[in-house]
Amino acid sequence: MYVKFDFNTLCMKVLEDKLKDQGLKYRLLNFGEVELYESLTQEQCKIFRKNLEDYGIEVIESQKTALVQKIKDVITEFIGSDEAAPVKASIYIAGKLNHSYGYLSNVFSDVANTSIENYIMIQKIEYAKELIVSKKHNLTEIAQILNYSSVAHLSTQFKNMTGITPSYFQKIIGMRREVSRYDKQYSGAV
Amino acid sequence: MNKEYLNVILADHDEGNLVLFRNILQEFKIQVKVKTFFNGRELMDYLNQDILVPEVVFMSYHLPLKNALQCLSEIKADRKFDPMTTIVYSENLSAEEEEDVFVTGANVLMKKPDNYKDMKKNVTDIISVSWQYHTSGLNKNNFIMKV
Repeated sequence: MYVKFDFNTLCMKVLEDKLKDQGLKYRLLNFGEVELYESLTQEQCKIFRKNLEDYGIEVIESQKTALVQKIKDVITEFIGSDEAAPVKASIYIAGKLNHSYGYLSNVFSDVANTSIENYIMIQKIEYAKELIVSKKHNLTEIAQILNYSSVAHLSTQFKNMTGITPSYFQKIIGMRREVSRYDKQYSGAV
Repeated sequence: MNKEYLNVILADHDEGNLVLFRNILQEFKIQVKVKTFFNGRELMDYLNQDILVPEVVFMSYHLPLKNALQCLSEIKADRKFDPMTTIVYSENLSAEEEEDVFVTGANVLMKKPDNYKDMKKNVTDIISVSWQYHTSGLNKNNFIMKV
């Protein structure tokens, strides 16, 4: 005896059974998209994932994750642009993505494990580090590029985020470079 | 990148510290898988195997058999460890010792607090920043932090 499978029907049936088992209200859309009428608790989500895992079906929270990636991209763009000065980040981000800032902010905190505000701060300091490493600008210029009111303001935020001052950061990076240069010379000689 | 959990390695000769770290890590929203080692040699023997490179390694400055600086040098020499965050902690280090730790390649230096509350805060801050480095494509060469 031979049997013929229809994978689509099979997967839909499994998915439907599992959703019903958990008493969830849902609607099945095409291409493996499930719309849930109420949001799942973490525990429910875990059970659902586990139930499907046995059948080789994996839950991908594509929408939220994709949106968070978009928010991150917009933030990077915002920090690198000259527009940053007169516009508030929240207005810029909401405008670019056509959602309310409140909604974006909730989704972001949920998925990214940090708030948008904190993420912007992390990104700004990372950008400051890149600029320090590149050696093209001094701290006064870097503070201006990143729209800090003064070097002191930049330094304070740098210290708050990293526990070290910008000049200590600069010193360590410089020393690391020297060590690796020495290592290369040394290994070259041997 | 969408990560389900973090793999964390702890290395310390003091079992009390290991238990403390474990307890703190288990309270996180981010899921954490922990492995522990009692000295630097065990740690490096494990890391040098053909394993999935962990995201985070916490090591005591005063590791027996191979100290933290020796471990850091070995870690820095092997490119496969580039994505890994390394944290060195101690109760008290001189400015020169701190500098050595950073220059040898540690990402984070933690002054180990003497109470649970501060310790939890420090570890939480470190894990949350490491998470951002792992999930947001930040340049790990510039990850230098002191708590």
